[in-house]
Amino acid sequence: MGTVAEQDEAELLTINMGPHHPSTHGVLRLLTTLEGEVVRDVKPIVGYLHTGIEKTAEDKTYWKTVPIVERMDYLAYYFNAMAYCGAVEDLLGVDVPKRAQYLRVIHLELNRLMSHLVWIGTTMLDIGAMSMLWYGFRERETILDLFEYSGGQRVHPRYIQIGGVADDIPAGWETKLRRFVTEMPSRIDQYEALLSKNEIFLRRMKHTGVADAETLMAKGVTGPLLRAAGVPWDLRKAQPYSSYDDFAFKIPVGTTGDNYDRYLVRVNEMRESVKIIQQAIDGLPEGPWVTADRKVALPPRHELATSMEALIHHFKLVTEGMRVPEGEAYYPIEGPRGELGCFVRSDGSSKPARVHMRDPSFINLQSLGDMANGEYIADLIATLACMDPLLGGVDR
Amino acid sequence: MPDTDGLQRLAGVVGGDEVVLGTVVRARRAELHVRPETVVDVLERLRAEGYTMLMSLHGVDYFPQEPRFGVAYELLSMQEQDRVTVKVRVPLDDPHVPSVTDRWPTASFQEREVYDMFGVIFDGHPDLRRILLPEDYIGHPQRRDFPIGGEPVLFTGNEGDNPGWWK
Repeated sequence: MGTVAEQDEAELLTINMGPHHPSTHGVLRLLTTLEGEVVRDVKPIVGYLHTGIEKTAEDKTYWKTVPIVERMDYLAYYFNAMAYCGAVEDLLGVDVPKRAQYLRVIHLELNRLMSHLVWIGTTMLDIGAMSMLWYGFRERETILDLFEYSGGQRVHPRYIQIGGVADDIPAGWETKLRRFVTEMPSRIDQYEALLSKNEIFLRRMKHTGVADAETLMAKGVTGPLLRAAGVPWDLRKAQPYSSYDDFAFKIPVGTTGDNYDRYLVRVNEMRESVKIIQQAIDGLPEGPWVTADRKVALPPRHELATSMEALIHHFKLVTEGMRVPEGEAYYPIEGPRGELGCFVRSDGSSKPARVHMRDPSFINLQSLGDMANGEYIADLIATLACMDPLLGGVDR
Repeated sequence: MPDTDGLQRLAGVVGGDEVVLGTVVRARRAELHVRPETVVDVLERLRAEGYTMLMSLHGVDYFPQEPRFGVAYELLSMQEQDRVTVKVRVPLDDPHVPSVTDRWPTASFQEREVYDMFGVIFDGHPDLRRILLPEDYIGHPQRRDFPIGGEPVLFTGNEGDNPGWWK
């Protein structure tokens, strides 16, 4: 930064926040240059969590890659699976049945709710409101129960699969979901009653972490951060995937691009998510939940005893996996943190030659300086929390 | 994404056959393959066409093909709700691509990641260091000839098969 170079160096203090600072929400080091209490420059240093998932994918078949890409962003696992499966489906050219698309939408929106609940809980914890964390995790628990019931596991259930979803929803799941959807709006009212007009909360959030839309777009920032600055850009509306154009919902937009607007955008997004789930469960079509293409989806279990062909397809898929035609695909979806895109290159074999995630946390983190420079260091914590980076997604 | 005609028009806009090596429309993806030295100019001309946002930048290793490395730029036009991909290929012995960081600040981390993982050098990047791996790490793990599956297990008799890259 030019301003730093011009300053007398003796007045500036460089401190490291992290890598294990509780408010960095993961393993992140912030190299912060301070002048008194004012932040002059902040450089995020990442890479502490690097897991090499993209490299590991080169050694796995297309099916076996789904559970490991889910582990990149451990609060938005359905989104990772959706982006990856979408890219592979583009390469294969398979059609996903309508019921599978609706089930995907329901699970994606539940996951978005869950991610925002963890965000609202941890962010309020950072600025001193502890009770919000317990409220957020109470509702998250209900969502995780729903995930456990439909997919078999609470986190990383590998429910979204190439060609559809792993299984149809179990009996009674719809009732549980409807109960949750009916009570969720009143829970969101509770959060708003607790926070939206709270004097301390307003002082921490209003006019802090301000960034305008021009700067954010140059830095490639998407998602709630960009919408809080007034750009109504949402891939669910702009480039609908997985039948999102069947549902009526609004894009919440802010005006000033400060932390308070980011909070409002996320809270209103939760309300819209509830509406989408409601519409999807009401209009859930009958039919298959996975593609009929036997080169992609496992044959039904009962056919294995009677059909030789089904047995052969089952054996080939389990031992060798599917052969994906040569080519490249990029599948962008709207994750809870912004555009989550998956790039897949196939060399014609049964293992992906390259899997790369355009993870919104990684891209968004670059604009931390634009939001925090010139503000107090206490507000840096609120700004970083409102940015909602997920370090598993940053380092992959 | 633009259809075949739209992509041909874009190819004309960015400089025609002088610059564009090929076009591909496949799997909901429109690609312009261009020469590496022209990439800044090409992205600027596409920006004038409305493709203002550089959404993503991927590195790809096409081993054993030559030129070996590829860098793909995913561009987005918010007005048209349209995407186009610009791709360059560079060989192993001269992996140089001009950096676009000063015009698209979002490329900063992403170019560092491609450098880290593939060893592609972005000329003019203000701070080209490793980003995900330690700074003293040797090698570029996303290359296709980098071994997968961890370190080889040492047994008496397999010393000859052991590449020894981890020593």
